[in-house]
Amino acid sequence: MSEGTAATVRWPGGIVQELHNRNMKLHVIKNKNYWFFLSGFLVLASIILVIYPGLKYGVDFTGGSLIEIDFDQPVSVGALRQTLEDAGYKDATIQTTGEKGYLIRTQALSEDEHQLVLNATKTAHGNLIEQSFESVGPVIGDELRRTATIGIILTLVLIGLYVAWAFRKVSDPVASWKYALITMFTAFHDVIIMLGAFALFGVLFGWEVGAGIVAAALTVLGYSINDTIVVFDRTRENLLHRAAPSLSETVEMSIEQTLVRSLSTGSPTILALFAIFFFGGDSTQPFALALIIGIVVGTYSSIFLASPLLVVWEKMKKKG
Amino acid sequence: MQTWKIKRKLVNKSKKPWARRIIGVLMIVLTLVFASYDFPQLFWNPVMRAASLGEMIVEEKPFRLGLDLQGGTHLVYEADMSQIPDAERVAALDGVKNVIERRVNTFGVSEPVVQTISTGGTYRLVIELAGVQDVTQAINQIGKTPVLEFKEPVKEPGRDLTTEEKAQLKEKQTQDRATAKAVLDRALAGEDFDKLISENSIVPLAKSTIANVTANSAFSDYFILTNQKKLKVGQIYGSLLENEEGISIFRVESIGETKEMLLSHTLVCYEGKVQCENPIPEIEATIKIQNLKKEATPGNFAILEGVQDLGWATPDNYVEAFALAALTTPIGGISDVVESEFGFHLIYKRDERPVSAVTVKRILMPFTTEADIVPSSPWKNTALSGKQLKRSSVQFDQNNGTPNVLLEFNDEGSDLFGKLTAAHVGEPIAIFLDGGIISAPTVQQAIFGGQAVITGDFTVDEARLLAQDLNAGALPVPINLLSQQTIGPTLGAVSLAKSINAGIVGLILVGLFMIGLYRIPGLIATLALVFFAVVNLAAYRFFDVTITLAGIAGFVLSIGMAVDANVLIFERLKEELRAGRDFASALDEAFGRAWTSIRDGNTTTLIAAAVLYWFSSSFIKGFALTLAIGVIFSMFSAIMVSRVYLKNVIAWKWARKFAFFCVKKS
Repeated sequence: MSEGTAATVRWPGGIVQELHNRNMKLHVIKNKNYWFFLSGFLVLASIILVIYPGLKYGVDFTGGSLIEIDFDQPVSVGALRQTLEDAGYKDATIQTTGEKGYLIRTQALSEDEHQLVLNATKTAHGNLIEQSFESVGPVIGDELRRTATIGIILTLVLIGLYVAWAFRKVSDPVASWKYALITMFTAFHDVIIMLGAFALFGVLFGWEVGAGIVAAALTVLGYSINDTIVVFDRTRENLLHRAAPSLSETVEMSIEQTLVRSLSTGSPTILALFAIFFFGGDSTQPFALALIIGIVVGTYSSIFLASPLLVVWEKMKKKG
Repeated sequence: MQTWKIKRKLVNKSKKPWARRIIGVLMIVLTLVFASYDFPQLFWNPVMRAASLGEMIVEEKPFRLGLDLQGGTHLVYEADMSQIPDAERVAALDGVKNVIERRVNTFGVSEPVVQTISTGGTYRLVIELAGVQDVTQAINQIGKTPVLEFKEPVKEPGRDLTTEEKAQLKEKQTQDRATAKAVLDRALAGEDFDKLISENSIVPLAKSTIANVTANSAFSDYFILTNQKKLKVGQIYGSLLENEEGISIFRVESIGETKEMLLSHTLVCYEGKVQCENPIPEIEATIKIQNLKKEATPGNFAILEGVQDLGWATPDNYVEAFALAALTTPIGGISDVVESEFGFHLIYKRDERPVSAVTVKRILMPFTTEADIVPSSPWKNTALSGKQLKRSSVQFDQNNGTPNVLLEFNDEGSDLFGKLTAAHVGEPIAIFLDGGIISAPTVQQAIFGGQAVITGDFTVDEARLLAQDLNAGALPVPINLLSQQTIGPTLGAVSLAKSINAGIVGLILVGLFMIGLYRIPGLIATLALVFFAVVNLAAYRFFDVTITLAGIAGFVLSIGMAVDANVLIFERLKEELRAGRDFASALDEAFGRAWTSIRDGNTTTLIAAAVLYWFSSSFIKGFALTLAIGVIFSMFSAIMVSRVYLKNVIAWKWARKFAFFCVKKS
């Protein structure tokens, strides 16, 4: 980079680099209460959204059937609804996909019922192509709920154990299990905010939460910890070298040193995810967005939440 | 003045520069090798073909795609085990699986999957059918209760068709013709012939070309028609050709010549050969044929024992070993002893002449015959069926410990089976499951009392399989469809195209980002990324990983994560350079220091992927698997590959400039 001013810097990482070079401090630790407030607000709002109105679960959670069809000619929603009602499916919900395409949700259909619905629709509205059909019995739905919960808890616990083990050599002044607990807490923070966002999307765009979002949640758990570990790793290194007089200064220094890195490590992954979001087709869009939200929040929490928590915890111990 | 300076490590310029360069070149070569393995059709195979190195050609098999990308149906069934004793449930589930596997194999879909899952008191079957045409019919077939029948040999000869059956035959044939005619019209309208073969022919594309058909060959119909109708090369015969094989639509590929030979031969057959009427031990046959060989001359060949005149015929009329020997024997000569599936032959080649021949390509479609309406089965039904069979199990002979299969009948069954065996001592009684024969043991003596044993050269597995099949028919386990997921082929193809696009765009974006942000190291990371991508694809191919939509997302995500590791390293590298280290030691330091963060971050992702793999259904499993593979290889490419490249690059003096590494001198 030439003797640059901020104006010639084109890359986001570069802007932060400028901040860094000009010795502009973020004072994360000093301003920690703002960040705690922001995170607290987001987590609380997310929890409320997840409880009410709640996540809009897809058929793989609730059980039910999903038929995706494309007609040869345009068919009105009203006419289609009438056909379904006549066939005995009053509760069917209909959603348009493209000009001549529809998504129809009903209770779980047996294969015979499925054919009945298709034939009735064909007779009433002419030729159609069935793009996909999914029918999930209530048993499977219940199971997915259970395994998703177990999966998320198990992942959190395993990751916590791993972090405790990986940081076992730095027990002074911060015990390794504290790193582990804070890592688990921030990971939970990231996932709950992601779920809150999806509860909101459910209300706004009718997006559903299916097995794909569970997969995204687990991936966010695994991934968002990346960034937290980068900062903690630096803290661990600085503590070993006794690079600053106090813990809070060491932590502040570690944040400053890893800031560019924290921001730029997530960027390639987010770029790749944007590629999936824009070019990967409708069915992977929610999945990609879930990951994008999770990773952005994960990056934020690693800088502005995890490290201040570490400092606060230590201070509380000293007081107590 | 005293100053503190960072202790500089020795630049490892002196340390084996050649090794470093060789490894660098090796990485590039490996990238190309993996790329050739992934996409042999792009450049490797064309080059090998041009160089006529046929044995170096890599098989051009496509990647294995999941149902969501190629279209197909995914079914989950629950087996109702309420009537089955606890201890036998797992075996009963296997029995159901065998039955379903056999049914599914008749659907003609490629690589059907039938899996059993038994956990915590639930017994399930997962069935995956790729590209199945009629899902409803498949579901009906799978859900049918298995039928077990005991059949006795038929003694009366085959019968003529009834009037009703004749009408039925006629109707079926009319339908067959109409179907074939529709395909013919498409072919004549200029649609891609190979595509029509793949879609409609009962013979695979690879076997649809028939070379060198002459007037005397088994496929002479094609030759005769080509001549009669004066068809030209590339022309499609304008009507349907009906014969015993089926209905064919054919196109003339070439018109030329082949050799026809006039042959006589003698055959000595022996034990274990096909169609041998008087089997003798092999050693005896060997001596006999050797003596004949010594005796034979062109003059006396016609009067040797068992000599047959085969007349004029082309090589393709004979089995391979025979044809090969005949071709290499000179005119007027007698061959060496030839072994074929029929026995030992001696061949006398009396003459050879060129004849005109055609090569054709065909779409062979089914044509109903009498035998389809009235199958000439050698078995007929008895009153005994699975209903009268209580259960079956494997037991071991007390004398020699060989496994055999025990059948226990109920009272009615004991009576029926006793009478049946009494009537057929010395003859076989066959057991059919779903219309397919599973065993046909010969009756040694009449068996009353309700317990029978089937003995034979069973391995333990074979005996268990037979017992499972018998139980599947005796104690049918009802199965209920729990969930179904069907994806149409159009949607699958669209998803595939889109996700490939997303993958390519993702790679390019990430590459541009890295080059923009880090210049030379960024370029190197992009090269390492190419290595990473081709190795990943090679791993999918090698381990036969099923690629699903979510799986591609996992791959693209791992591209991002592979580069994340590079970012960590390069940021550290900049920091070390700024601190005043020289390039070589800064590089070592950066890779060394960044390793723990990379390791920890990737391990937690691997933990999440592992949990996901254990807990999820097949679609998400694909994501977990590609993500895990990606994370593992990403560590290798980010750390090993980019390090090797970078070390080579900084060995060049011109490259050791701060500007190339995006570092401002302090």
